[in-house]
Amino acid sequence: MIISSFFLTCILSIWKIMATLQGLSFTNLNVTPVFLIGILLSLAFVLIGNKINHLIKIFSLSIIFSILYFYLNETSPYWYILGVFLINLFFTNKLKKYSMQSLKEDFISEKIIFDFITLFGIVFFAFVILFPFYIMLVTSFKTQIALLVNPLDFSLDFTKSLTDLFKSYFVIFETYNFGRYILISSAVSIGTVIVTLLFAIPAAYAVARLNFFGKNFLSTSILIIYMFPAIVLVIPLYTVFSQLGLRNSIFGLLIVYTATTLPVAIYMLQGYFKSIPKEIEDAGIMDGQNWFGIILKIIIPLSLPAIASVALYVFMIAWNEFLFSLMFLDSPKSFTLSRAIQYLSGDAETPRQYLMAGSVIVTLPVLFIFIYFEKYLVSGLTAGSVKE
Amino acid sequence: MSDSLSKLEKRTAYTLVLPAVLLVFAIVLFPIFANVWISFKDIELKDIRIPEPRAKKIVKSISDNQSEFKIIYKLRNSSLIQEIRNVQFQDKFPTNVSPVNLDPRCNFQSKKVVCNFGNWQAKYRENFEIIIQNNNGEIIDKKIIKSQKPILSGKADNPLLTTNFTLENFKKVFYENNFVELLLTTFYFTFFGTVGAIIFGILAAQLVNQNIQGRTYMRGILLFPYVGPVVALAYTWTLLLDPNSGTLNALLVNFNIIEQPINLLGQKYITMSILGFEFKLRLALTTVIFFEIWRYFPLAFLFILARLQAIPQSLYEAAEVDGASPIQKFIHITLPQITAIISILFMIRFIWNFNKFEDIFLLTGGASGTRTLPINVYQQGFAVSDIGMGSAVSIVIVMLLLSFMVVYFRLIGKKANEV
Repeated sequence: MIISSFFLTCILSIWKIMATLQGLSFTNLNVTPVFLIGILLSLAFVLIGNKINHLIKIFSLSIIFSILYFYLNETSPYWYILGVFLINLFFTNKLKKYSMQSLKEDFISEKIIFDFITLFGIVFFAFVILFPFYIMLVTSFKTQIALLVNPLDFSLDFTKSLTDLFKSYFVIFETYNFGRYILISSAVSIGTVIVTLLFAIPAAYAVARLNFFGKNFLSTSILIIYMFPAIVLVIPLYTVFSQLGLRNSIFGLLIVYTATTLPVAIYMLQGYFKSIPKEIEDAGIMDGQNWFGIILKIIIPLSLPAIASVALYVFMIAWNEFLFSLMFLDSPKSFTLSRAIQYLSGDAETPRQYLMAGSVIVTLPVLFIFIYFEKYLVSGLTAGSVKE
Repeated sequence: MSDSLSKLEKRTAYTLVLPAVLLVFAIVLFPIFANVWISFKDIELKDIRIPEPRAKKIVKSISDNQSEFKIIYKLRNSSLIQEIRNVQFQDKFPTNVSPVNLDPRCNFQSKKVVCNFGNWQAKYRENFEIIIQNNNGEIIDKKIIKSQKPILSGKADNPLLTTNFTLENFKKVFYENNFVELLLTTFYFTFFGTVGAIIFGILAAQLVNQNIQGRTYMRGILLFPYVGPVVALAYTWTLLLDPNSGTLNALLVNFNIIEQPINLLGQKYITMSILGFEFKLRLALTTVIFFEIWRYFPLAFLFILARLQAIPQSLYEAAEVDGASPIQKFIHITLPQITAIISILFMIRFIWNFNKFEDIFLLTGGASGTRTLPINVYQQGFAVSDIGMGSAVSIVIVMLLLSFMVVYFRLIGKKANEV
């Protein structure tokens, strides 16, 4: 009982925080009264038991709670109370399982705790994860003055014209050349994907299928190499690239990205190639195909899903990469998106909504790709990060 | 017969593998060894440009009928520190054009002027002149003369390739660099970042593994911080945590939880008193660790969830029959099933957190007590521009990593034997 009302309080507090961010001014969380009412509510719920219809029960209890709540915070607008009402509805619905009889079961208190921790945990995690993304998005639509006047107001003013709302985006495209950076970032990322696949597919095939001296050494060194951090490569690469004139060039960046993603790509692909039945290849050999033909006509068509997940994974790494672009690019002509945003932030005068607009631009493609191809990417992440 | 076939197989294998191997060697393995070389050298950022002879060509008309021109080459040594030896110069002219009173250092042959300028000291400058005229007194096209670029060559020492070695860098790393604090900070960050990520990963996996609606959506959402670009996320958090107008501080002040905004990323220590004991918490470092946990617990979550879903339901049903409580179920069934994956995750995340650069760099730049080894590589190599020193720190990182890996492979080997 106590647990459940504690849960209710937590959820309502989060709701209140969110409401505060919409421009309402609350100055305290009112934890105690909400908690007490929550206990009363749960008590009433269990006492009433099955005497009345469930729907009627949850509706009436939620209404009672909302009205009580309204007396506590008289100034709140209707949508806020509506939210409180819906949360209550949800809460009482969760209480459905419990009655006087069920309270006598074994370990019931532990079970209730777990149930509510689960619920609270999900709300908590979702909130913690999504909140920064929400702030990023909303900040990019605001103006400098609005941000300074009330840092808590994260409501959007839709009465403004669209050009006003998207002003930061226009500014970063027009004065900061973000269109160019998007092009460079895409070119580098897509280029990396293509070159990596060109190198990785043959190599992975050889590791998966052919016998040659040094094969085991190669497959273990792939793993070890992957563990070495970019930061220890940076100084030698920087000096060599400076002397060869590869700094500030997209080509130089492309080589480095390809080399650093190759080990994972080979590792992921060879695992998949091994799972393709050998008989299919033997049939190809009988038909007089050489190795090139086998890879092109048999292996690649059969392993398209694996190749897709490697491609997406590599794309994501190259798109998000920051360290090398920080080191190798110092002329604004050849910036990638990440580097451009970092460059923007280097100037303390840059209004933060521009920074956030840039962040939204660099984040959105990755998130879209992730949501759309989640299945492929998750398998890529799994294989790419833990190599046993 | 089979012998020749296996030979063919080998040859094919090598041709298939070689391009990838060469590329990885050139970009990944070579730099690791190059670090060793550079770390024993006294070398700075400005030394790494190879000095080269340069010339700027200026063309002036000195006759009315455009048949005579004076060409001025502004010659210089690009380096301020090093000499260039044996500088060769070459420029081409159109047909029927030849130089008048050519400098004794030069020759004119088959439309080309070739000069031998000898050695140039550092900062060397000279205005070198050639007067040309058309042999038939006709007009010379100025544009053609201008568009022809002179070719210069010369020999200079590449400071990277000389054999002067010194132990100075390593001495500085260990004695003048606050090495102990650096190491402690790195391990503090690595250890707590790893453990935190795994604990939150277990929690999240346990939650999502319950039968709730929208489990797949939840999984997707939880992975957002991991797939998002680090630059965007780090700046969003800096904004959230900003002491003057950041959302978090404003919220806490608004609800009267704290009186003064806290500079979460800019304050090195905060004194806290719990149960009467006063202790200092490394505030900025803790904040960075929390960001790290936020960003990487999704990975731990993903693996642990995959493992949890593979646990047969019958185990839980049996436990239910035996009257086990939820906590007992977790301790006696779930935990033993996920220890293997947790230990692997721990090792891998440990190594990766140990190498982490971007997150700390973007959040604090290594200030207020968040200087870790990778940050130090950057500071030494590029902020102080002492490349040799930066390389020496890199070597320390590589050494530590190698020792972690030995431990890691020992453990994995043991696991494999046990199974």
